[in-house]
Amino acid sequence: MATLDDLKKRIASVKSTQKITKAMKMVAAAKLRRAQENAEKGRPYSEKMNNIILNLSSGISDKENAPKLLSGTGEEKVHLCIVLTSDRGLCGGFNTNIIKKAKVYFKKISNEGKTLKIITVGSKGYDQLKRVYKDDIVERISFKDSKTINYLDAEKVGKLIIENFEKKEFDVCTIFYNKFKNVITQIPQEQQIIPLKTLEVEGNSSDDNYEFEPDEDEILSNLLPKNISTQIFKAMLENSASEQGSRMSAMDSATRNAGEMVDKLTIEYNRSRQAAITKELIEIISGAESL
Amino acid sequence: MSEEFKIEIVNPEKSFLSKEDVTEVVVPAFEGEMGILKDHISIISFLKPGIIKIFSKSGEENYYVEDGIVEFKNNNLSVLTSSIFNIKDIDKDKISEMLTQAEEHSKNNEITDQNKYLVDQKIDVLKTLN
Repeated sequence: MATLDDLKKRIASVKSTQKITKAMKMVAAAKLRRAQENAEKGRPYSEKMNNIILNLSSGISDKENAPKLLSGTGEEKVHLCIVLTSDRGLCGGFNTNIIKKAKVYFKKISNEGKTLKIITVGSKGYDQLKRVYKDDIVERISFKDSKTINYLDAEKVGKLIIENFEKKEFDVCTIFYNKFKNVITQIPQEQQIIPLKTLEVEGNSSDDNYEFEPDEDEILSNLLPKNISTQIFKAMLENSASEQGSRMSAMDSATRNAGEMVDKLTIEYNRSRQAAITKELIEIISGAESL
Repeated sequence: MSEEFKIEIVNPEKSFLSKEDVTEVVVPAFEGEMGILKDHISIISFLKPGIIKIFSKSGEENYYVEDGIVEFKNNNLSVLTSSIFNIKDIDKDKISEMLTQAEEHSKNNEITDQNKYLVDQKIDVLKTLN
Protein backbone atom coordinates (compact mmCIF):
# COMPACT_ATOMS: atom_id res chain seq x y z
CA MET A 1 0.00 0.00 0.00
CA ALA A 2 1.18 3.44 -0.82
CA THR A 3 2.39 5.46 2.08
CA LEU A 4 0.67 8.63 3.16
CA ASP A 5 3.42 10.74 1.77
CA ASP A 6 3.16 9.11 -1.67
CA LEU A 7 -0.56 9.71 -1.79
CA LYS A 8 -0.11 13.34 -0.84
CA LYS A 9 2.35 13.82 -3.68
CA ARG A 10 0.07 12.16 -6.18
CA ILE A 11 -2.86 14.31 -5.20
CA ALA A 12 -0.74 17.41 -5.64
CA SER A 13 0.45 16.32 -9.09
CA VAL A 14 -3.05 15.45 -10.31
CA LYS A 15 -4.26 18.80 -9.08
CA SER A 16 -1.61 20.66 -11.01
CA THR A 17 -2.42 18.66 -14.14
CA GLN A 18 -6.03 19.63 -13.65
CA LYS A 19 -5.02 23.26 -13.53
CA ILE A 20 -3.24 22.92 -16.87
CA THR A 21 -6.12 21.16 -18.59
CA LYS A 22 -8.53 23.71 -17.21
CA ALA A 23 -6.43 26.55 -18.58
CA MET A 24 -6.16 24.81 -21.95
CA LYS A 25 -9.90 24.42 -22.03
CA MET A 26 -10.39 28.13 -21.42
CA VAL A 27 -7.92 29.04 -24.13
CA ALA A 28 -9.55 26.63 -26.56
CA ALA A 29 -12.97 28.06 -25.78
CA ALA A 30 -11.80 31.57 -26.52
CA LYS A 31 -10.08 30.49 -29.71
CA LEU A 32 -13.06 28.43 -30.73
CA ARG A 33 -15.31 31.42 -30.76
CA ARG A 34 -12.97 33.27 -33.05
CA ALA A 35 -12.44 30.28 -35.32
CA GLN A 36 -16.15 29.72 -35.54
CA GLU A 37 -16.72 33.33 -36.47
CA ASN A 38 -14.07 33.11 -39.15
CA ALA A 39 -15.58 29.95 -40.54
CA GLU A 40 -18.96 31.61 -40.74
CA LYS A 41 -17.57 34.73 -42.33
CA GLY A 42 -15.75 32.67 -44.92
CA ARG A 43 -18.84 30.81 -45.98
CA PRO A 44 -20.43 33.38 -48.34
CA TYR A 45 -17.35 33.45 -50.54
CA SER A 46 -17.18 29.72 -51.13
CA GLU A 47 -20.93 29.50 -51.54
CA LYS A 48 -21.00 32.24 -54.13
CA MET A 49 -18.06 30.70 -55.91
CA ASN A 50 -19.85 27.38 -56.00
CA ASN A 51 -22.99 28.97 -57.35
CA ILE A 52 -21.18 30.70 -60.14
CA ILE A 53 -19.38 27.53 -61.15
CA LEU A 54 -22.62 25.61 -61.04
CA ASN A 55 -24.26 28.15 -63.29
CA LEU A 56 -21.32 28.09 -65.63
CA SER A 57 -20.96 24.36 -65.88
CA SER A 58 -24.64 23.82 -66.46
CA GLY A 59 -24.45 26.36 -69.24
CA ILE A 60 -21.50 24.78 -70.94
CA SER A 61 -22.52 23.51 -74.31
CA ASP A 62 -19.54 21.47 -75.33
CA LYS A 63 -18.91 18.86 -72.63
CA GLU A 64 -16.04 17.30 -74.54
CA ASN A 65 -13.89 20.36 -74.45
CA ALA A 66 -14.66 21.33 -70.88
CA PRO A 67 -11.60 22.21 -68.83
CA LYS A 68 -9.82 19.17 -67.43
CA LEU A 69 -10.20 20.43 -63.88
CA LEU A 70 -13.93 20.02 -64.27
CA SER A 71 -14.22 16.91 -66.36
CA GLY A 72 -11.11 15.05 -65.24
CA THR A 73 -8.36 13.55 -67.32
CA GLY A 74 -10.51 10.65 -68.39
CA GLU A 75 -8.48 8.26 -66.29
CA GLU A 76 -8.50 7.35 -62.66
CA LYS A 77 -5.10 5.85 -62.14
CA VAL A 78 -3.35 8.16 -59.75
CA HIS A 79 -5.13 9.51 -56.72
CA LEU A 80 -3.84 12.48 -54.82
CA CYS A 81 -5.04 12.87 -51.26
CA ILE A 82 -4.66 16.03 -49.26
CA VAL A 83 -4.89 15.28 -45.57
CA LEU A 84 -5.52 18.38 -43.49
CA THR A 85 -4.68 18.02 -39.81
CA SER A 86 -3.60 20.25 -36.98
CA ASP A 87 -0.10 21.19 -35.93
CA ARG A 88 -0.74 20.59 -32.28
CA GLY A 89 -1.82 17.64 -30.26
CA LEU A 90 -3.96 17.30 -27.14
CA CYS A 91 -7.17 17.72 -29.02
CA GLY A 92 -8.88 14.40 -28.46
CA GLY A 93 -9.74 12.32 -31.47
CA PHE A 94 -9.49 15.22 -33.89
CA ASN A 95 -6.47 14.09 -35.88
CA THR A 96 -7.10 10.39 -35.40
CA ASN A 97 -10.56 10.68 -36.89
CA ILE A 98 -9.28 12.32 -40.05
CA ILE A 99 -6.48 9.80 -40.38
CA LYS A 100 -8.89 6.92 -39.85
CA LYS A 101 -11.15 8.20 -42.58
CA ALA A 102 -8.20 8.74 -44.90
CA LYS A 103 -6.76 5.29 -44.23
CA VAL A 104 -9.99 3.61 -45.23
CA TYR A 105 -9.83 5.50 -48.51
CA PHE A 106 -6.14 4.67 -48.99
CA LYS A 107 -6.88 0.97 -48.54
CA LYS A 108 -9.64 1.13 -51.10
CA ILE A 109 -7.32 2.80 -53.59
CA SER A 110 -4.52 0.33 -53.17
CA ASN A 111 -6.90 -2.62 -53.33
CA GLU A 112 -8.06 -1.35 -56.69
CA GLY A 113 -4.47 -1.32 -57.85
CA LYS A 114 -4.28 2.43 -58.27
CA THR A 115 -1.38 4.65 -57.36
CA LEU A 116 -1.60 6.75 -54.26
CA LYS A 117 0.01 10.09 -53.56
CA ILE A 118 -0.38 11.93 -50.30
CA ILE A 119 0.15 15.52 -49.31
CA THR A 120 -0.10 16.21 -45.61
CA VAL A 121 -0.99 19.66 -44.33
CA GLY A 122 -0.24 20.02 -40.64
CA SER A 123 2.49 18.12 -38.84
CA LYS A 124 0.27 15.76 -36.84
CA GLY A 125 -1.04 14.11 -39.96
CA TYR A 126 2.46 13.45 -41.17
CA ASP A 127 3.46 11.98 -37.82
CA GLN A 128 0.61 9.52 -37.92
CA LEU A 129 0.91 8.55 -41.55
CA LYS A 130 4.65 8.27 -41.95
CA ARG A 131 4.87 4.83 -40.39
CA VAL A 132 2.72 3.08 -42.98
CA TYR A 133 2.58 5.42 -45.97
CA LYS A 134 6.03 6.99 -45.87
CA ASP A 135 6.77 6.26 -49.51
CA ASP A 136 3.49 7.65 -50.72
CA ILE A 137 3.83 11.03 -49.09
CA VAL A 138 5.01 13.40 -51.80
CA GLU A 139 4.85 16.61 -49.85
CA ARG A 140 4.38 17.78 -46.32
CA ILE A 141 3.22 21.27 -45.59
CA SER A 142 2.87 22.95 -42.25
CA PHE A 143 1.65 26.42 -41.42
CA LYS A 144 3.01 26.45 -37.91
CA ASP A 145 4.32 29.96 -38.37
CA SER A 146 1.11 31.64 -39.39
CA LYS A 147 -0.88 32.60 -36.35
CA THR A 148 -4.22 32.70 -38.08
CA ILE A 149 -5.67 30.86 -41.00
CA ASN A 150 -5.21 33.08 -44.01
CA TYR A 151 -6.08 32.80 -47.62
CA LEU A 152 -2.49 33.07 -48.82
CA ASP A 153 -1.64 29.78 -47.17
CA ALA A 154 -4.58 28.09 -48.81
CA GLU A 155 -3.56 29.58 -52.12
CA LYS A 156 -0.10 28.08 -51.76
CA VAL A 157 -1.57 24.62 -51.37
CA GLY A 158 -3.98 25.28 -54.23
CA LYS A 159 -1.18 26.36 -56.55
CA LEU A 160 0.83 23.29 -55.67
CA ILE A 161 -2.09 21.06 -56.54
CA ILE A 162 -2.68 22.77 -59.84
CA GLU A 163 0.97 22.68 -60.80
CA ASN A 164 1.01 18.96 -60.19
CA PHE A 165 -2.21 18.51 -62.10
CA GLU A 166 -0.84 20.33 -65.09
CA LYS A 167 2.21 18.09 -65.00
CA LYS A 168 -0.25 15.20 -65.14
CA GLU A 169 0.99 13.83 -61.84
CA PHE A 170 -2.45 12.68 -60.79
CA ASP A 171 -5.98 12.21 -62.05
CA VAL A 172 -8.20 12.52 -59.02
CA CYS A 173 -7.74 14.75 -56.02
CA THR A 174 -9.51 14.35 -52.70
CA ILE A 175 -9.19 16.38 -49.53
CA PHE A 176 -9.74 15.13 -46.00
CA TYR A 177 -10.74 17.42 -43.16
CA ASN A 178 -13.08 17.72 -40.22
CA LYS A 179 -16.32 19.53 -40.70
CA PHE A 180 -17.38 21.51 -37.68
CA LYS A 181 -20.87 20.62 -36.59
CA ASN A 182 -20.79 21.68 -32.97
CA VAL A 183 -18.40 21.64 -30.06
CA ILE A 184 -18.71 17.93 -29.40
CA THR A 185 -19.32 16.70 -32.92
CA GLN A 186 -16.88 17.03 -35.76
CA ILE A 187 -17.47 14.97 -38.82
CA PRO A 188 -14.50 13.79 -40.84
CA GLN A 189 -15.07 14.55 -44.49
CA GLU A 190 -13.68 13.38 -47.77
CA GLN A 191 -14.32 15.72 -50.63
CA GLN A 192 -13.27 15.25 -54.20
CA ILE A 193 -12.09 18.49 -55.76
CA ILE A 194 -10.62 17.29 -59.04
CA PRO A 195 -12.53 16.50 -61.15
CA LEU A 196 -15.09 18.71 -59.56
CA LYS A 197 -18.25 16.95 -58.60
CA THR A 198 -20.97 19.39 -59.45
CA LEU A 199 -23.99 18.75 -57.38
CA GLU A 200 -26.72 18.06 -59.88
CA VAL A 201 -29.49 20.19 -58.55
CA GLU A 202 -32.75 18.93 -59.84
CA GLY A 203 -34.83 21.35 -61.77
CA ASN A 204 -31.83 23.60 -62.05
CA SER A 205 -33.28 25.32 -65.03
CA SER A 206 -30.62 27.47 -66.54
CA ASP A 207 -33.08 29.67 -68.28
CA ASP A 208 -31.44 32.71 -66.74
CA ASN A 209 -28.94 33.03 -69.49
CA TYR A 210 -25.80 34.81 -68.58
CA GLU A 211 -23.80 37.04 -70.71
CA PHE A 212 -20.15 36.12 -70.48
CA GLU A 213 -17.22 38.37 -70.92
CA PRO A 214 -14.83 36.85 -72.03
CA ASP A 215 -16.46 33.55 -73.08
CA GLU A 216 -17.49 30.71 -70.80
CA ASP A 217 -14.49 28.51 -71.33
CA GLU A 218 -12.06 31.20 -70.45
CA ILE A 219 -13.96 32.20 -67.36
CA LEU A 220 -14.28 28.63 -66.27
CA SER A 221 -10.65 27.79 -66.78
CA ASN A 222 -9.73 30.83 -64.73
CA LEU A 223 -12.27 30.19 -62.07
CA LEU A 224 -11.60 26.53 -61.40
CA PRO A 225 -8.09 26.98 -60.02
CA LYS A 226 -9.43 29.68 -57.74
CA ASN A 227 -12.14 27.37 -56.62
CA ILE A 228 -9.55 24.81 -55.53
CA SER A 229 -7.87 27.34 -53.28
CA THR A 230 -11.25 28.38 -51.98
CA GLN A 231 -12.21 24.82 -51.16
CA ILE A 232 -8.92 24.30 -49.36
CA PHE A 233 -9.39 27.52 -47.48
CA LYS A 234 -12.87 26.47 -46.46
CA ALA A 235 -11.51 23.12 -45.29
CA MET A 236 -8.82 24.90 -43.29
CA LEU A 237 -11.36 27.15 -41.60
CA GLU A 238 -13.63 24.26 -40.75
CA ASN A 239 -10.65 22.34 -39.52
CA SER A 240 -9.45 25.08 -37.20
CA ALA A 241 -12.89 25.47 -35.67
CA SER A 242 -13.12 21.71 -35.27
CA GLU A 243 -9.67 21.54 -33.73
CA GLN A 244 -10.52 24.07 -31.04
CA GLY A 245 -13.88 22.46 -30.40
CA SER A 246 -12.34 19.05 -30.12
CA ARG A 247 -9.62 20.33 -27.83
CA MET A 248 -12.12 22.10 -25.67
CA SER A 249 -14.23 19.02 -25.09
CA ALA A 250 -11.14 16.83 -24.64
CA MET A 251 -9.74 19.20 -22.05
CA ASP A 252 -13.12 19.49 -20.38
CA SER A 253 -13.33 15.75 -19.83
CA ALA A 254 -9.68 15.66 -18.80
CA THR A 255 -10.42 18.25 -16.14
CA ARG A 256 -13.39 16.26 -14.97
CA ASN A 257 -11.42 13.05 -14.87
CA ALA A 258 -8.69 14.73 -12.88
CA GLY A 259 -11.32 15.94 -10.43
CA GLU A 260 -12.64 12.43 -9.99
CA MET A 261 -9.13 11.15 -9.48
CA VAL A 262 -8.43 13.73 -6.81
CA ASP A 263 -11.63 12.73 -5.01
CA LYS A 264 -10.71 9.07 -5.10
CA LEU A 265 -7.17 9.70 -3.95
CA THR A 266 -8.36 11.95 -1.15
CA ILE A 267 -10.66 9.24 0.16
CA GLU A 268 -7.84 6.73 0.00
CA TYR A 269 -5.56 9.19 1.76
CA ASN A 270 -8.05 9.82 4.56
CA ARG A 271 -8.75 6.12 5.00
CA SER A 272 -5.14 5.20 5.33
CA ARG A 273 -4.54 8.13 7.68
CA GLN A 274 -7.38 6.91 9.89
CA ALA A 275 -6.14 3.34 9.66
CA ALA A 276 -2.75 4.50 10.83
CA ILE A 277 -4.25 6.37 13.79
CA THR A 278 -6.44 3.41 14.75
CA LYS A 279 -3.45 1.14 14.55
CA GLU A 280 -1.45 3.42 16.82
CA LEU A 281 -4.34 3.64 19.31
CA ILE A 282 -4.67 -0.13 19.44
CA GLU A 283 -0.97 -0.42 20.06
CA ILE A 284 -1.11 2.10 22.90
CA ILE A 285 -4.19 0.54 24.52
CA SER A 286 -2.89 -3.00 24.32
CA GLY A 287 0.43 -1.75 25.65
CA ALA A 288 -1.33 -0.12 28.63
CA GLU A 289 -3.43 -3.24 29.27
CA SER A 290 -0.45 -5.51 29.47
CA LEU A 291 1.04 -3.47 32.29
CA MET B 1 -39.76 52.71 -59.24
CA SER B 2 -36.49 53.15 -57.58
CA GLU B 3 -33.36 52.73 -59.54
CA GLU B 4 -31.45 51.00 -56.81
CA PHE B 5 -29.97 47.54 -56.59
CA LYS B 6 -27.95 45.47 -54.19
CA ILE B 7 -24.21 44.96 -54.11
CA GLU B 8 -22.23 42.50 -52.08
CA ILE B 9 -18.48 42.28 -52.06
CA VAL B 10 -16.98 39.22 -50.43
CA ASN B 11 -13.41 38.16 -49.92
CA PRO B 12 -12.34 34.76 -48.62
CA GLU B 13 -12.14 35.93 -45.02
CA LYS B 14 -15.42 37.76 -44.73
CA SER B 15 -18.21 39.64 -46.36
CA PHE B 16 -16.46 42.87 -47.14
CA LEU B 17 -19.30 45.16 -48.05
CA SER B 18 -23.01 44.91 -48.50
CA LYS B 19 -25.20 47.75 -49.68
CA GLU B 20 -28.77 47.95 -50.80
CA ASP B 21 -29.07 51.46 -52.15
CA VAL B 22 -26.65 51.44 -55.03
CA THR B 23 -27.55 53.30 -58.19
CA GLU B 24 -24.51 52.61 -60.33
CA VAL B 25 -21.37 50.55 -60.15
CA VAL B 26 -18.37 50.78 -62.44
CA VAL B 27 -16.17 47.71 -62.39
CA PRO B 28 -12.83 47.20 -64.13
CA ALA B 29 -13.86 44.16 -66.16
CA PHE B 30 -11.29 42.16 -68.02
CA GLU B 31 -12.15 43.63 -71.37
CA GLY B 32 -12.64 47.17 -70.23
CA GLU B 33 -14.51 49.16 -67.68
CA MET B 34 -18.13 48.28 -67.34
CA GLY B 35 -20.88 50.35 -65.82
CA ILE B 36 -23.77 48.47 -64.28
CA LEU B 37 -27.18 49.98 -63.69
CA LYS B 38 -30.37 48.45 -62.45
CA ASP B 39 -31.90 45.69 -64.62
CA HIS B 40 -28.66 44.98 -66.38
CA ILE B 41 -28.64 41.63 -68.15
CA SER B 42 -27.24 38.70 -66.13
CA ILE B 43 -23.52 38.72 -66.61
CA ILE B 44 -20.40 37.03 -65.33
CA SER B 45 -17.03 38.59 -65.90
CA PHE B 46 -13.51 38.85 -64.55
CA LEU B 47 -11.88 41.79 -63.01
CA LYS B 48 -8.49 43.15 -63.83
CA PRO B 49 -6.57 45.39 -61.44
CA GLY B 50 -8.48 48.63 -61.16
CA ILE B 51 -10.97 50.64 -59.22
CA ILE B 52 -14.53 49.74 -58.40
CA LYS B 53 -16.68 52.84 -58.19
CA ILE B 54 -19.89 52.55 -56.28
CA PHE B 55 -22.46 55.30 -56.51
CA SER B 56 -25.17 55.29 -53.91
CA LYS B 57 -27.35 57.77 -52.07
CA SER B 58 -24.69 58.19 -49.46
CA GLY B 59 -22.17 59.25 -52.05
CA GLU B 60 -19.40 57.75 -54.07
CA GLU B 61 -17.06 55.05 -52.83
CA ASN B 62 -13.90 53.79 -54.47
CA TYR B 63 -12.23 50.45 -53.95
CA TYR B 64 -9.03 49.14 -55.38
CA VAL B 65 -9.11 45.50 -56.51
CA GLU B 66 -6.48 43.26 -58.02
CA ASP B 67 -8.54 40.41 -59.29
CA GLY B 68 -11.91 38.81 -58.88
CA ILE B 69 -15.12 37.74 -60.44
CA VAL B 70 -18.24 39.76 -60.81
CA GLU B 71 -21.67 38.32 -61.20
CA PHE B 72 -24.88 40.25 -61.80
CA LYS B 73 -28.20 38.52 -61.58
CA ASN B 74 -31.70 39.59 -60.59
CA ASN B 75 -30.42 42.98 -59.53
CA ASN B 76 -27.87 41.45 -57.22
CA LEU B 77 -24.28 42.29 -57.90
CA SER B 78 -21.75 39.97 -56.30
CA VAL B 79 -18.07 40.65 -56.42
CA LEU B 80 -15.70 37.90 -55.34
CA THR B 81 -12.17 39.07 -54.83
CA SER B 82 -9.17 38.06 -52.82
CA SER B 83 -7.62 41.50 -52.58
CA ILE B 84 -9.61 44.65 -52.06
CA PHE B 85 -8.90 47.97 -50.32
CA ASN B 86 -10.92 51.03 -49.69
CA ILE B 87 -9.00 53.83 -51.32
CA LYS B 88 -9.69 56.12 -48.39
CA ASP B 89 -7.96 53.73 -45.99
CA ILE B 90 -4.98 52.80 -48.08
CA ASP B 91 -1.85 54.84 -47.38
CA LYS B 92 0.76 56.10 -49.77
CA ASP B 93 3.53 53.86 -48.44
CA LYS B 94 1.53 50.76 -49.14
CA ILE B 95 0.77 51.91 -52.64
CA SER B 96 4.37 52.64 -53.50
CA GLU B 97 5.39 49.33 -52.00
CA MET B 98 2.90 47.51 -54.18
CA LEU B 99 4.01 49.56 -57.15
CA THR B 100 7.66 48.60 -56.81
CA GLN B 101 6.67 44.99 -56.40
CA ALA B 102 4.58 45.11 -59.53
CA GLU B 103 7.32 46.83 -61.47
CA GLU B 104 9.80 44.15 -60.51
CA HIS B 105 7.29 41.54 -61.52
CA SER B 106 6.82 43.22 -64.87
CA LYS B 107 10.54 43.18 -65.62
CA ASN B 108 10.62 39.44 -65.17
CA ASN B 109 10.78 38.01 -68.67
CA GLU B 110 9.33 34.65 -67.85
CA ILE B 111 5.79 35.76 -67.29
CA THR B 112 3.16 35.14 -69.92
CA ASP B 113 1.71 37.89 -72.04
CA GLN B 114 -1.55 37.75 -70.20
CA ASN B 115 0.13 38.15 -66.84
CA LYS B 116 2.24 40.93 -68.23
CA TYR B 117 -0.87 42.71 -69.35
CA LEU B 118 -2.38 42.38 -65.90
CA VAL B 119 0.73 43.59 -64.15
CA ASP B 120 0.99 46.57 -66.46
CA GLN B 121 -2.60 47.40 -65.71
CA LYS B 122 -1.82 47.21 -62.04
CA ILE B 123 1.10 49.56 -62.42
CA ASP B 124 -1.04 52.07 -64.31
CA VAL B 125 -3.74 52.04 -61.68
CA LEU B 126 -1.30 52.31 -58.82
CA LYS B 127 0.42 55.24 -60.48
CA THR B 128 -2.81 57.15 -60.71
CA LEU B 129 -3.43 56.53 -57.04
CA ASN B 130 0.00 57.56 -56.00
